[in-house]
Amino acid sequence: MTANSNLSRRDLLKGAAATSGLVLGLHVGFRKPPFAEAGETPAFAPNAFISIDETGLVTIVASRSEMGTGIKTDLPLVLADELEADWGRVKVVQAPGDPKYGDQNTDGSRSTWQFFGLMRLAGATARQMLETVAGQTWNVPAGEYRAQTGFVIHAASRRKLAFGDLAKLAALMPVPPADQVRLKDRKEWRYIGKPRAVVDLKDIVRGRATYGIDTVVPGMKYASIERCPIYRGRVKSFDPKDALLVAGVERVVEIPATPMPSGFKPLGGVAVIASNTWSAQQGRQRLKIEWDYGPNAGHDSTAYRAELEATAREPGKVVVRNHGDVDNALASAARRVSADYFVPYLAHAQMEVPNAVALWLGSTCETWSPTQNPTQVRQTVAEVLGINETDVTVNVTLLGGGFGRKSKPDYVAEAALLSRMIGVPIKVTWTREDDIQHDYYHAICAQHLEAALDQDGHANAWLHRTVPPPIETTFQPNVVYDSGGELGQGVIDMPYYIPNVRCENGTAANHVRIGWYRSVYNIAHAFAVCSFADELDVAAGKDPVEYLRELIGPPRILDLKALGVLVDYPNYGVSQLAPELADQYLIDTGRLRGVLDLAVTNSNWDQKLPPRQGHGVAVHRSFLSYVAVVAHVAVGNDGQIAIPRLDMAIDCGTVVNPDRVRAQLEGAAIMSIGNALYGNITVKDGRIEQSNYTDYLVPRIDIVPETHVYLVENDHLPGGVGEPGVPPTAPEICNADLRGHRQTDQGTASRSAAVEGLAQGGVKWNLQ
Amino acid sequence: MPQININGAVHTIDADPQMPLLWAIREIVGLTGAKFGCGVDACGACTVHMDGQAVRSCLTTLADARGHEIVTTEGLSADGGHPVQRAWEANNVPQCGYCQARQIMQAAALLKQTPHPSDQQIVDTMSGNICRCGTYQRIRQAIKSAAEAV
Repeated sequence: MTANSNLSRRDLLKGAAATSGLVLGLHVGFRKPPFAEAGETPAFAPNAFISIDETGLVTIVASRSEMGTGIKTDLPLVLADELEADWGRVKVVQAPGDPKYGDQNTDGSRSTWQFFGLMRLAGATARQMLETVAGQTWNVPAGEYRAQTGFVIHAASRRKLAFGDLAKLAALMPVPPADQVRLKDRKEWRYIGKPRAVVDLKDIVRGRATYGIDTVVPGMKYASIERCPIYRGRVKSFDPKDALLVAGVERVVEIPATPMPSGFKPLGGVAVIASNTWSAQQGRQRLKIEWDYGPNAGHDSTAYRAELEATAREPGKVVVRNHGDVDNALASAARRVSADYFVPYLAHAQMEVPNAVALWLGSTCETWSPTQNPTQVRQTVAEVLGINETDVTVNVTLLGGGFGRKSKPDYVAEAALLSRMIGVPIKVTWTREDDIQHDYYHAICAQHLEAALDQDGHANAWLHRTVPPPIETTFQPNVVYDSGGELGQGVIDMPYYIPNVRCENGTAANHVRIGWYRSVYNIAHAFAVCSFADELDVAAGKDPVEYLRELIGPPRILDLKALGVLVDYPNYGVSQLAPELADQYLIDTGRLRGVLDLAVTNSNWDQKLPPRQGHGVAVHRSFLSYVAVVAHVAVGNDGQIAIPRLDMAIDCGTVVNPDRVRAQLEGAAIMSIGNALYGNITVKDGRIEQSNYTDYLVPRIDIVPETHVYLVENDHLPGGVGEPGVPPTAPEICNADLRGHRQTDQGTASRSAAVEGLAQGGVKWNLQ
Repeated sequence: MPQININGAVHTIDADPQMPLLWAIREIVGLTGAKFGCGVDACGACTVHMDGQAVRSCLTTLADARGHEIVTTEGLSADGGHPVQRAWEANNVPQCGYCQARQIMQAAALLKQTPHPSDQQIVDTMSGNICRCGTYQRIRQAIKSAAEAV
């Protein structure tokens, strides 16, 4: 991932040891050392994440953004557990963007694994200080007292003191260094591992939860912005006259285009400012704008697809993994199998459109927005306004969905620029058409795979060529090869037990704005790898589950260097953000096999199904977690696909909130079904052809399977949860055993047509 | 100037009668429970009740709403105690939550008319309401449990 300023966990911990004025390496809530300020400090706040007032109310800061994963509840829950807080006396507040909270980029399914240890330490530190103060008050030896749900208890004398009564004295204590803090044993966990309702549940159900789009700042005006329909185009000239005639419209101004590629900055365009959003939208329709359409005016996604596919069929210029001798193995194979896979551009289409309010105050700026990345909001707004980051205040609201779209703050920068131009607070609200036509699209991708099978059907060689434009093209010119992080999402980390493997990356110039979309390059790569695994069992004439077990091979830890990986493998950020944890997050084929067995055992895999119905299976590791999915798929006589049932198993190590893990998998499955059956952004003459939920289709309640989720219980460190359910679901639907409906002599060809039909949003299963 | 009855109170709204009810409720009356999602009756995020029926406020103009009783999500119950709201809570339905209160409005209108809907009736009624987080399985469960509670 690019352009993020991340504080590593190691740096945080180093800071803790080195500096008495810092706790956990983060600036504490105190402006001055606590022992000097006791009289002025009513609350106990030993670090930036907790304060306890004299009534005993515990306030815990949620530093990561809430877009539906439950993280605003779950990380505070971890802290509260170690603190021995009474959850009923905990108030969770959302942090503004501030470096004192460390990395706030809520992205990459990282929040839990990145902050689990820190939250535990933060809570345990405070608990230990409260316990010590109670012991001193009673003058009893250490070991005789302990904290329990909001109190410290001295069992021998049956005395107890409430946290609120201890807060003032605890604030006088020096904060113990991390190595002197005792963490709870996992058997003592009170909240971690048990289902918990999210803190905003009641407000959401009552319609009182406030999202970015609900922000009201006194005196604010409303903006709607017309952007060039073609990426990299810009305004040549415009005539605001008719727009200004619309009742409620007050101003029309140009937002200058950012030099391309625009990265996190606004695309530019013409903004209509009005007394309400509807008037601004009406005015916008009457703008007369002449555009310079720029270099992408000829972009056509059909032609581009052919170009990418041609590249995928030729040997790639960059070999990114090379082990054994693939060419020789393919040449001497008893049977060769090959297939091409294609995934189109996809749009996030999160329910809440991009929106933001900004208030320019002469030399500083305050913003309110639904953002996954408050740190980046600060940086981008400061850059476009030419001010210091410390002069930007970033308020973070609830997000009406994110899925990666809201990790890019272009819409906040639009509001900031407009507020400075107009001199009042400005709310920018995108229309749905703006959202679908100016997204940071999921990258289009063409892939070609080949395999060699021996006499018994065992896979002896694997060739994988992938050709998607890299996301770095959104930030840098002339980038045509993918990063190790992108290739590490299903290509170079391919886990099958095959002696000869070569992976190649072909060049892809980019023509639209692309970016991270839930599970990112895993969407295309898992689709190809998991589908191709099923091609091989078809070719070998074996049961898909048995064959998958054989491909996964014996339980082992993958040593990617020894397996011929030639590029850096960041392992979902562990290498950079938590290198000290690297050996806890290795690729473990035993865990891959474990989830496969769990999903299959609980499904009706062996059930004989009627004609035109079948089971499919897929398993994939992503974001440090392992997910297997079994689908029961039925195809109607009209070609319509139904998915009566899904069985999903996840091994994400230690689970904080099992109900939210289940919810994330249920939701990821739906999103993946949408990717497979409906999602398809196409481009003609440089313009996106879709515009709203009417032509960019997303799943509705009619396609929803009965989904069963199984959680592996183990003591591994937590892995990601938000994204790993997406990658294996689409291929497993395609893998549903429809072989009986396919001409056997068409083999691969018809299979690929089926796969392509799914990815194209069609129902073009090649059924006979 | 249009006068509109919203949640039992009459509001005089100083706006073009062709303005969609959604924007008037949100930006003039100041009730933000109804959300913008698509503007074209394709997602249901803006659902309100008009004389007890679920309608899309993004396509209902102030002129259309005049003379009718509008109930927004804020007016469904005083304390979140409507059976559908309780069922939503019990099933932990929401993820991001953006669409949920209007999914509830849609379901409440359904159960008022059809206290024990079939699976197909649930699908038919709810298929106009998108949840991009994909909470549909729990929406279905919550409607069924609310129907049993009614």
